[in-house]
Amino acid sequence: MRLPLLALLARGPAHGYELKQDLEQLLGSAYPQPNVGQIYVTLGRLEKSGLIEGEEVEQSSRPNKKIYHLTDAGREELRAWFAEPEDEPRVRDEFFMKLALAPQTGLADQIALINKQRRQYLNTMRNLSKLAAAENRDNRIAHLLIEGAMLHLQADLDWLERCQEELEEPE
Amino acid sequence: MNDRPTPLLRAEGLVKTHHGEGAPAHAVRGVDLRVARGEFVAVTGPSGAGKSTLLHLLGGLQRPDEGSYWLDGERTDGYSEARWAVERRKRIGIVFQFFNLVSNLSVADNVELPALLAGLSPKQARAEREELLAELGLAGKERSMPGELSGGEQQRVALARALVNRPPLLLADEPAGSLDSKGTREVMRLLSRFHGRGQTIVLVTHDARLASAADRVISFFDGRIADDAELDGAPSRRAGTSGVLELRD
Repeated sequence: MRLPLLALLARGPAHGYELKQDLEQLLGSAYPQPNVGQIYVTLGRLEKSGLIEGEEVEQSSRPNKKIYHLTDAGREELRAWFAEPEDEPRVRDEFFMKLALAPQTGLADQIALINKQRRQYLNTMRNLSKLAAAENRDNRIAHLLIEGAMLHLQADLDWLERCQEELEEPE
Repeated sequence: MNDRPTPLLRAEGLVKTHHGEGAPAHAVRGVDLRVARGEFVAVTGPSGAGKSTLLHLLGGLQRPDEGSYWLDGERTDGYSEARWAVERRKRIGIVFQFFNLVSNLSVADNVELPALLAGLSPKQARAEREELLAELGLAGKERSMPGELSGGEQQRVALARALVNRPPLLLADEPAGSLDSKGTREVMRLLSRFHGRGQTIVLVTHDARLASAADRVISFFDGRIADDAELDGAPSRRAGTSGVLELRD
């Protein structure tokens, strides 16, 4: 959350609730709703480390609100963020360990594990399809996000297929 | 079993072996299957698993070596080639990966031809064609030739042709197999829409995105049904819809 908030502040000063709304609008329903408390906590940490600065603004009928702006250090941090490519996602899930260890335990069947896992993925895929259908057509960023999730899941399903081909007992 | 409604499609013990050069290929090795009216079933699996052969058996494009197949409660074992041709006009619509449109006929004629062959008057055939093409977003393309259309458009024409006689069963064999991502989404949306109106669909695909539009997914491996799962679309246990969408702090 740190860097996305810095990136939103690169455009100009904003307060916490505005940032939450900006994130929601940008990412659509595909993204878990950002928790406003989490945003305030993150903003507090960013301020402490000197990447942003906050300024109290008095409001007549409500408590003061704090408007944040990016510092030079914050802008540098953001440049560094954009300059670095990200690590690729890793196959690190618990399912793989179950599959690898099942035969020696005698407690689970590999093919049954694969079938169960496939059902889970297919249901998630169905949910993503529904999400895509419900999302505003013009929100390209949200649609790309959903499509990315679907393609990852497709790869996971292809891999399950490979596992099944390899592990199914020939007669 | 008499208290259950007659399934639209029922297969028991279907076996099909291809004898070509080299060893015989056991494409379908004992398949039992029931599809109820209004169901949308996807059959997925790796290429070479025999899922297309299964679909061909269900559409009467190939005959099983063993086993029986009932359409709407009627046993099809004795059907002749000619009888199957009639079934594919009236009771079964099929779309294929490569569209299989008649290349020297216009879009309108491609859609109207099966309606005319099924005995509709030219006027009725035109009315059905107009309605379907409008529905599929192809109004204005009537006079185009298939070769002038994009892949996605050609597949929509093929869908119109398959549905023009309002068959109870629609079979789709990798309908998005030669389409890009956008075309795939389009096919998915249309299949879902027709299903929503009660169309029974059996779809063969290796694309899980497409398969997830169905409410039941059959995993086909090595000529057999390895798993047969209803998709309930129950919300994921995790916040967000997938780990890919996880928000880290």
